[in-house]
Amino acid sequence: MNTLGFVLAIVSSLLIPGIISITKAKMSGRKGPGIFQPLFDVARLIRKGSVYSSTTSVIFQIGPVIYFASIVVALLFVPFGQYKGLLSFDADFVFFAYLLGIGKFMMIISAMDTGSGFEGMGANREALYSMLVEPVFFILMGSLALLTHYSSFYDLFVHIHYDSYLTYLVAALGIYLLLQIAMVENSRLPIDDPKTHLELTMIHEVMVLDNSGFDMGLINLATGLKFALYGGLIANFIFPVEWPLYAQIVLFIMVNLLFAVAVGLLESFRARNKLAKNPKWILVLSSISLIVFLCAIEITQKLL
Amino acid sequence: MYLITFQILLAFTACVFFMSKRHMSSFGLLIQLGLAGITGYWSVDVLIHGTVFERELLINFWGSPLEIKVDSLSAFFILVLNFTLLTGAIYSKGYLKPYINEKNHIEFGLHYFSLIWLHISMLLVCMLRDGLAFLVVWEMMSVFSFLLVIFESEKKETVKAGINFLLQMHIGFVFIMAGFILAFVQTGATFSFDGLSVYFEEHHSFPLFLLFFVGFGIKAGFIPFHTWLPLAHPAAPSHISGIMSGVIIKMGIYGILRVLTYIHTDLLGIGIFILIVSVISGLLGVMYAIVQHDLKRLLAYHSIENIGIIGIGIGIGLIGIAKDIPILAVLGFAGGILHVLNHSLFKSLLFYSAGSVYMRTHTRHLEHLGGLIKKMPKTAFLFLLGALAICGLPPFNGFISEFLIYSGLFKGLQTSSLQTNFIILGTAIGLTLIGGLAIFCFTKVFSIVFLGTPRSGSSEKAKEVDGGMILPKILAGILIVAIGIYPVFFVKMVGKVVELYVSDISLIIQSTSYMSKISYSSLVFILLITILWFIRRAQQKRVHVEHGPTWGCGYSGADPAVHQYTATSFADNYRELAPPIIKVGKHFESLKEEEIFPQPRSFKTKTVDMIEKNIFEKPIRKIINWMEKAAIFQTGNLQHYIMYAFMFMGLMFWLTIFKII
Repeated sequence: MNTLGFVLAIVSSLLIPGIISITKAKMSGRKGPGIFQPLFDVARLIRKGSVYSSTTSVIFQIGPVIYFASIVVALLFVPFGQYKGLLSFDADFVFFAYLLGIGKFMMIISAMDTGSGFEGMGANREALYSMLVEPVFFILMGSLALLTHYSSFYDLFVHIHYDSYLTYLVAALGIYLLLQIAMVENSRLPIDDPKTHLELTMIHEVMVLDNSGFDMGLINLATGLKFALYGGLIANFIFPVEWPLYAQIVLFIMVNLLFAVAVGLLESFRARNKLAKNPKWILVLSSISLIVFLCAIEITQKLL
Repeated sequence: MYLITFQILLAFTACVFFMSKRHMSSFGLLIQLGLAGITGYWSVDVLIHGTVFERELLINFWGSPLEIKVDSLSAFFILVLNFTLLTGAIYSKGYLKPYINEKNHIEFGLHYFSLIWLHISMLLVCMLRDGLAFLVVWEMMSVFSFLLVIFESEKKETVKAGINFLLQMHIGFVFIMAGFILAFVQTGATFSFDGLSVYFEEHHSFPLFLLFFVGFGIKAGFIPFHTWLPLAHPAAPSHISGIMSGVIIKMGIYGILRVLTYIHTDLLGIGIFILIVSVISGLLGVMYAIVQHDLKRLLAYHSIENIGIIGIGIGIGLIGIAKDIPILAVLGFAGGILHVLNHSLFKSLLFYSAGSVYMRTHTRHLEHLGGLIKKMPKTAFLFLLGALAICGLPPFNGFISEFLIYSGLFKGLQTSSLQTNFIILGTAIGLTLIGGLAIFCFTKVFSIVFLGTPRSGSSEKAKEVDGGMILPKILAGILIVAIGIYPVFFVKMVGKVVELYVSDISLIIQSTSYMSKISYSSLVFILLITILWFIRRAQQKRVHVEHGPTWGCGYSGADPAVHQYTATSFADNYRELAPPIIKVGKHFESLKEEEIFPQPRSFKTKTVDMIEKNIFEKPIRKIINWMEKAAIFQTGNLQHYIMYAFMFMGLMFWLTIFKII
C-alpha cells in the first residue's frame, strides 16, 4: 500500500506541468497546449542529442542526474494518508530537506561549471533563496512536532487533531507556506517568472541555459516532481485518516489537481517581485511560520 | 610492555635531527605510527570493554610518578587525533618537498621534531589528569604548534600570525591555570582534574566553569575568541593547517568536555550559555567565511562555524540533563561528539586539498584560480567530497552528526517547557541557517576554484599533485563516506563517550535503529544515481553529441575568463543582506574630469571582521591612546623623576595624617 502513494505522486508529477500551463492559457484567453504537451517535450528531449560547452567538466553532466535522483528519493518519504512513505523514520524530514539540498548543490555547481556570467547569476540567486527559505520548512515541521509530539512525516500528519480553531489556522497557514515553498523551490512566481526571457533577471531558467537533450529532460521532469512533492505534503494536511482508501485516492488526486490549478492561477494574476525585493519576501514567509509556531504553543497550552 | 615501547619511542624522537632531510618525514611517520599504534590499542580496548585504563609512566614528575588515565572520552579523542596527525604526516612529505633546498637541516629537523612532539603532547593532554602535568603538556602543545606554524619564517606575516597565536594561547593558558588554582585554594584537594569535582560539589559551578570555558574556548576558537584562527591557518603550511583545524582546536573541546564530567549543578545556565555562544559562533563563522577571498582563511572561518555546531550539540545535551529530558541529552551529546570526529575528517581533507592547490598555483586568492578540475581532477573531486560533507549533506558524515542534533531538538520540543521550546526553536533556526549558508559558501568556493575557466596564468599551468599527497585525502574520504553510509557503528562508539554524561544510554541504542534506516535511504539514493548515470551513458552513445562554446546570448567574442562570475560577484547579493555584521571596505580612485583617456585603475575590496574590530581592536586602541597620554610624565629629566619621588612621599604623609591609610 505504501507504494500506492508513490505511484500516485509520480503520476500527478507528470500531469501537474500540463495542468498549470492549461490553466494559464485559459486565464489569458488562449487555447493552450494539451495536458500531455510537457510530457511530449520531455520524451523528445530524452531522445535528442546534446551540445556540451567545452568549458564544462563531468560535474555538468552528473549534476542533473543527482538533482533528479534527490527529488525522486525525497518523494519516497512523503506519506499517503494512514500509510507511511516507503522510507520513514524519526526526523525523516531532516533527511528530506538535506536531500533536496544536495540536489540543489549539484545544480548550482553544474551551472557554474559552464563559466557563464548569466548562469553564475542564476546559480547565486538560487543558492541565496534556498538558504533563506530553509528555516520556513523547519519551523513549520518543528511546530507540528510540538503539536503532535511526534517527529516523522507520517506521524506529524496523522496525529494532527482538529479539536480547536487554532489547529485550523495552523493547517491553513501550513498549506499556504508549503505552496509558497514550492514556488520558491521551483523558482516560479512571484520570485521568478519562467515566461520571461531576460537572462539578467532569471533564476532557475538561466541556470539551465546550457543544458540540452537528456539532461534537460531530467530537469523538466524534476520540476513536475518537485510540485508533486509539495502537493503530496499538502494533501497529507487535509487527509481524514478514517476515510476509506478509494476516497483517499480520489482526494489525493483532487488535491494535486487543485494545487496545480492554484499554481496556474497564482501565475496568471500575479506580477513578479522586483528581484532585489525577493529576500525580504522570503523572510516574510519565515515570520508567517513563526506565527504557526506560536499557535502550536498556544494549542499545547504552554503559554498560560 | 606497550608502556615501555611508548617511552622508548619518546626517547628516540631526537634522532630526527640526525637523519638526512629526505628521510626525516619517513622517520617521523614511523615514530608517529608507533605512538598511534600503542595509544590506539589502549583506546580501542577502553571503548570496547568500557573500562578505564590506568598506568604509571616511568618518568617521575615533581617527586611523584606520572599517572596516565584513559577513559572513553580520552580514548575517543586519541583515536581522532591519531588519524589526523598520521594523514598530516603522510601529506607533509609531498608538501614540503619544494622546501628541501630552501630550508637548512636544522629548520627541517625542527619542523619534524615539533610534529612528533605535537603528537606526543596532544596524546598526553588526553591522558594526564594531574593539574600541573596537564598544564605543562598543554603548554608544550601550544609551543610546538607555534614552531610548526612559523615554518616559513622568512615571511613577515607568518611570524606575525605565529606570535599572535602564541600570545593568545598563553592568555588561554592563564585562564586554565587560574581555574585550577582557584579550585585548589578553595578546597585544598589535589591540584588535578579530580580536585575539581570536590570544588564543583561544594560551590556554584558557573564562575569556575566560565574560567575554564574562556581558557579552552580560546583554543577551540569560539567567537569572540576566534581571532587567531583566520591569521594562523593561512600562515601555516597546509598539513599543519589541516592538523590545527582538525584536531588542535578540538583539544579545547576536549578540555570543556573533561571539565563538564565533574559538573553536576548549574547545568541549565551553563548549557544555555554554551548554546548561545555556539549559535553565534556557528552563524558568524559561516557568515564571515562567505566574504573571504583567501582560500585557507575561508576554511579557517568554517572551523569556527563547526566548533559552533559541536558547541550546539554539547549545549542542548546539557540542557537535556538539567531539564531531565534524556533524549535531548543523549542525542545532543552524541551529535556534538560525533561532529568532533566528522569535522576533523572533512576539514583536514579540505585543507590538504587547498594545500595542493596552493602548491601547484602558488596562490590562495580565489579570484586568481579557476578551471582546476581539468588540471587536478583527483584533488577537485576530493575537495568536492569534503565540501558536501561539511555542508551536512547526505550521504556523507557531516549529515549524521547534524541529524543527531536535529532529531534531539525536535524530540526535545515534544516534552519540554515553554522556555526550552524557545531555546530549541532558536537553535533549530540557527542550525538551518548555518546549513544553508554553508551550501552557499561551498558552492561558491568549489565553483570558483575548480570550475569554469582559469583566471590566471598560474592556474592554467597547474598539474595534479603526486600520489603521496592524494593518499591522505583518500584515507579521510573513505571514512567520510563510511560514516555517512554506515553510521550505526560510529554512533555506538560515540555512545560509549556519552555514557560519561548520561547514565541511561539505552536511547542511543534506540536511535541506531533509525540510523540503519538512514544508511538504507542513502543506499537507495546512490543506487538511483548509478542507474540513472548508466541509462544516461547508454543514451549518449546512441545520439549525436557536440561540443561548443558556452552560450553567451549569441555573443562569443568575450574572453571567457573575464565573462564568468567571480567570488566577489557570487557573494554580492548575500553581502547586501549582511550588514551591520559584515562590512566591506571598497577602495577605488574615481575618474578625474580632465582625464579624457582613462588610465588603468585597480579596485580593491576588503572585508572587516566586525567582532574583532569592535571587541578587541577599538578598546585596545583606546587603551593605547590613554597610555600615550600618560607618557607626558616620562620627560627624561632627572629632576622631574626626583620630584615624583618627593611628591609620592608627600602624598603618603598627608594620607597618614588624615588616617586614610
